[in-house]
Amino acid sequence: MSETHGPAGTFILAQSSPTPEAPAPGTGTHSGVEIGVPPAEAHGSGFPPFDATTFPSQLIWLAITFVALYLLMSRIALPRIATILEERHDRIADDLEEAGKLKSESETAAKAYEQALTGARGKATAIASETREKLSGEAETGRKALEAELAAKLADAEAKIAATKTSAMANVRGIAVDAAGAIVNQLTGAEPAPQAVEAAVDKAIGS
Amino acid sequence: MAVEIDPIHQFQIFNIVDLGAPGGVHLGFTNSAAFMVGIVAAIFFFLTYATRGRTLVPGRLQSMAELSYEFVASTVRSTAGNEGMKFFPLVFSLFMFVLFANFVGMIPYSFTVTSHIVVTAALALVVIGTVIIYGFARHGTHFLHLFVPSGVPAFLLPFMVVIELISFLSRPISLSLRLFANMLAGHIAMKVFAGFIVMMTAGGVAGFFGAVLPLAMVVALTALEFLVAALQAYVFAVLTCIYLNDALHPGH
Repeated sequence: MSETHGPAGTFILAQSSPTPEAPAPGTGTHSGVEIGVPPAEAHGSGFPPFDATTFPSQLIWLAITFVALYLLMSRIALPRIATILEERHDRIADDLEEAGKLKSESETAAKAYEQALTGARGKATAIASETREKLSGEAETGRKALEAELAAKLADAEAKIAATKTSAMANVRGIAVDAAGAIVNQLTGAEPAPQAVEAAVDKAIGS
Repeated sequence: MAVEIDPIHQFQIFNIVDLGAPGGVHLGFTNSAAFMVGIVAAIFFFLTYATRGRTLVPGRLQSMAELSYEFVASTVRSTAGNEGMKFFPLVFSLFMFVLFANFVGMIPYSFTVTSHIVVTAALALVVIGTVIIYGFARHGTHFLHLFVPSGVPAFLLPFMVVIELISFLSRPISLSLRLFANMLAGHIAMKVFAGFIVMMTAGGVAGFFGAVLPLAMVVALTALEFLVAALQAYVFAVLTCIYLNDALHPGH
């Protein structure tokens, strides 16, 4: 270290004296660094940790503060942290249990759903085929009924046409008889006998 | 110009409020006492503030609080068994006190409570006192079996008892000295190397650039001291658990 000190002179590692002009040991006499052991009067009886005059104060305050610390820790701080940790532990255990329960529940639900799905599918097929059969059956009967109705209507219409034809033919004969009678009356001026007119008309129609 | 660097000054205790000398013993509210009060307040504030939300999903601070709880709880459970959990508040208080004291000591210009042997010795005596009182209260004279290992030839037994006794009595000493010496030595080393930087930079250009070396050393030492601060708190807690385990199960 001796090569590093400069012109400022001697550096003394000694007790911190409040008066800088107080002569420190080694000043001026020899250059060099002195890490000196402080004189006894600077720190009471020397090395502070072995200064017995400070022991009572330190012990008293250590006792007061440490008892206070112990009481604060054991009564307030530690129970508080313990509660927090316990609550978390309980909560995690509860959550895990709940999760397990929910998982098994969801598994049973999935199984039930699967079963319901298969059942529903079967039922749907059955309903579909049943409906198809029913509908085709209904359509068949409807068609048959309609056909029968139409046939009946046709026969009815045919009968009506025949009746109308015969009545029309009868009317034609009456009109011919009247017309023939009138024609004869105009030509001869004599009223012909209706029976002779009818016979003549019948003879003419019949021929 | 004299740069005065005193690596011991940081351990000095002074009165903030002098309480006089009741009963002939000089008492005062010292800087050490102020830091102790601050440490307790900081621990309590940290733990209660971090857990203010009591959220199910913890935030960053709450994670830290829960982590410290579970860390100490698992240490107690693994070394002293489930029975040891009755000492959990004690071990937790010791761990947090030492941890916070060590870390607060790493703040520049602050005071390290655990760098005073009377503090570490008192904490160690709390541990050993708990072991002895609980041991006798729970097991009566059977607690003394702690010093009589089983399966040892009769002619060796007196020696073994003496050795066990010495080992038991040295526990509070080693427990307190380990923490005290670690904190003291680490802080002195940091201060000395930091002092080198100041001295060398005052010594011209060569010194200015040469000061990089002690600076690197201080950086490394600071990292090491943070490790030591946490490690010593952990060691203190683990040894406490091991000693309490003896009180719970003295028969080996």
